Amino acid sequence: MTDLLAKSPCDGLLPLTIGSVTVTEIAFDAITSLAPFKGQESAVSDALKVQMGAAFPKPNRTTGKAHARAVWSGVGQALVLGPPLAPIPGAAMTDQTDAWTCVALEGDGARDVLARLTPLDLRPSVFKQGHAARTEIAHMGGVLMRTGENRYGLMVFRSMAATLVHDLEIAMQSVAARGRL
Amino acid sequence: MRINCPHCGPRDRREFTYQGDALALDRPDPEAGPDVWNDYIHNRDNPAGPTRELWYHETGCAAWLVVTRDTVTHDIHAVELASAVKGAGK
Repeated sequence: MTDLLAKSPCDGLLPLTIGSVTVTEIAFDAITSLAPFKGQESAVSDALKVQMGAAFPKPNRTTGKAHARAVWSGVGQALVLGPPLAPIPGAAMTDQTDAWTCVALEGDGARDVLARLTPLDLRPSVFKQGHAARTEIAHMGGVLMRTGENRYGLMVFRSMAATLVHDLEIAMQSVAARGRL
Repeated sequence: MRINCPHCGPRDRREFTYQGDALALDRPDPEAGPDVWNDYIHNRDNPAGPTRELWYHETGCAAWLVVTRDTVTHDIHAVELASAVKGAGK
């Protein structure tokens, strides 16, 4: 078979630094949606712990670390970012590796940039490290997580990659311009 | 305007989509007859005061919610999961 070139969703668009904020693409080996069947929640969480060392996340939370993270993605559903998973009995699983664009937004003004793109309450006392949300990002449904003091993870559908980078760029330029006043 | 989603907490109205009166949850029996079905499909009250409405948390957790809202003051008195409201009667 022909050897095809793999292109990431933000190929040729990232990384991008404007002012004090940097946005980079994150490539995960696998993204798997995991939805436990009724009554199977704790068994699935235990199985996930064995495979990647992190429990099934509570609503609006993440578990795990940078390269093996589980993020709550809706009622009774989580996305597992990083390691490919072996089948877990008692859960519906779907491979979504090629379905999402994942970027990290980092730097002193990262929260100001996000504030221009999402209606979510981003105050550090409300949206803490380890918190996550399904919310609106630049008018698109996405997943937002706070992965560090000034670091956020953003996910939107793969087909929206160029739109996400464009809207981030405009917001980053605006925040940087404000800083120069 | 904010809606306090039982899963996600208080969220901006932009994340939600309005569907209609929560009467839609009380689907009549298939054999209930044309009058009952006509009423269910077409007729709605238009009260000045508290109403129960279906909202969809579209860009959030994707849950259907039953929101008790006052059409005069726009106060939101209660937000419940539609799945819980529906299951309660059975």
